[in-house]
Amino acid sequence: MRVNKLHNPLGRDAIQKKGWLLAHKWLLLRRLSQLSVLFLFLLGPLFGIWIIKGSMSSSLILDVIPLTDPFVFLQTLFTGYLPEITVVSGAVIVGLFYFLVGGRVYCAWVCPINIVTDAADWLRRVLNIKTSLSFSRMGRYGLLIVSFLLASITGILVWELVNPVTMIQRELVFGMGFSWLFIVGIFVLDAFVSRRAWCGHLCPMGAFYSVLGQFSLIKVNALNRAACNDCMECYAICPEPQVIKPALKGGDDTSPVISSGNCTNCGRCIDICTKDVFEIKHRFINSITSQHEVHL
Amino acid sequence: MSIPTNKTSQSRRRFLENISRAAGGAALFGMGLSLYSQQSKSLPADVIRPPGVIDESDFLSACVRCGLCVRDCPYETLKLAKLGEPVALGTPYFNARDIPCEMCEDIPCVVACPTGALDPKLTDIDDARMGLAVLIDQEACIAFQGLRCEVCYNVCPARDKAISIDRSHNKRTGKHALFIPVVHSSDCTGCGKCEHACILEEAAIKVLPSKLAKGELGHHYRLGWDEKRKAGKSLVTPDLKHKYNLPEGTKYDYEGKGLIQPDATPFKESAIERLNKGRL
Repeated sequence: MRVNKLHNPLGRDAIQKKGWLLAHKWLLLRRLSQLSVLFLFLLGPLFGIWIIKGSMSSSLILDVIPLTDPFVFLQTLFTGYLPEITVVSGAVIVGLFYFLVGGRVYCAWVCPINIVTDAADWLRRVLNIKTSLSFSRMGRYGLLIVSFLLASITGILVWELVNPVTMIQRELVFGMGFSWLFIVGIFVLDAFVSRRAWCGHLCPMGAFYSVLGQFSLIKVNALNRAACNDCMECYAICPEPQVIKPALKGGDDTSPVISSGNCTNCGRCIDICTKDVFEIKHRFINSITSQHEVHL
Repeated sequence: MSIPTNKTSQSRRRFLENISRAAGGAALFGMGLSLYSQQSKSLPADVIRPPGVIDESDFLSACVRCGLCVRDCPYETLKLAKLGEPVALGTPYFNARDIPCEMCEDIPCVVACPTGALDPKLTDIDDARMGLAVLIDQEACIAFQGLRCEVCYNVCPARDKAISIDRSHNKRTGKHALFIPVVHSSDCTGCGKCEHACILEEAAIKVLPSKLAKGELGHHYRLGWDEKRKAGKSLVTPDLKHKYNLPEGTKYDYEGKGLIQPDATPFKESAIERLNKGRL
């Protein structure tokens, strides 16, 4: 990743043009969302207000509505175990939600690990850290297949024995064990070893949500791409920069919708763009001119 | 072999390279992980699963580590395994010596379980089999020294059924009794109240996973007395009733006609004559 063409610091133009608040609008909304989810889970154990009970892998809202992480649920199915109806309906509810709003909305708007990896990326920018090692973006799909494969071979939820995402989420709500080591590990990995390594290259949960959100209704588009002045800042800030190009630079006969399931609908590109190229809308923008979709 | 020069074949080659790197890395990682998973399949002996737990290997596939059972446990007995603990990460368990299971009648932990990892068919807590109490150290247990204790017996929620007191002779004093607690697997739920209450520094009675605590008789074994009771009669040719203690040299008459002496001749003489002949 070469960023030396860019002027530093990243996003200064957007702040100058729109003001700090508007240049961080989506970031602030995301932090609010992430912290609210965590806060809702902590409301019970800390203050005895049980709006939501359980952890992010499976929970119960107001003792009525079940929610289950579809990735964990699928692993269970792959072991050959036939679960009770509660967890099935929970997985369907959550699965449908992310199918509609975008799978990786989970990564950008809910998962607390995102705060850690965003912080690592921020540190990279501030200290101007450059590393040459890069993992394959396909690695996460490899791990996704491995997690399902191992579940069916061994008959137990193997990935959940080490899954740092569910582990950290659980220990944040149920009391910290040694999972803070994983928080530090992911931070160090992302900051000093390889850019966006965990969420963008390795996490099979993110890979699963990428697949789930492939056809989501809500997508970011570059409808105003004619205004693009090639400042490249959206590529520099985007956690999955490969998704932008087909929509932004695809030419007049391609759809301006960022159709890749890897897009997390985080809105960083919207915040940083001084020309208001991007917006979050439904996927049917300019669908007539849409000719191809870039998968995965 | 021609070297691809145009842009598409270059990017295809990069793509294939990428894929194989990813696949190789993932496969290697998967191998390590599967080895690790074998290790975590075994449950340490002092770890007890919640009531209604299904078979441990099924449990590890069913439990989604959500902690809803932990949240609904009113006595804070249950906890989730944290990283670094020797229990499969995120799964619920308890340690009887710390906080035993209070055996709630409505079994809230089982009701809370969304997956069936805790079997919803368990509706009577007395049917729970979380483990089995074993009086594991008879040298340390003071009941075996002839001292009165019986704390485990008295705290047992299924007293006289799961734990009874057997009296036996105190050989040390020669005149007192030992009051020995005896666990019966037919009724022990494995709640761990006995282990929790044991007065020793280190409990002499401990709840162990049933698999560890129980022996199992070969399936071909039949206990004669059980079969006899079930059938209502003996299933083999009955022994004849014993009648006499016979002197040596005499035979037994099966027909029930009495004793037969080997060379017995009927008495023809009087007893005096017989004695005079010198023959007894």
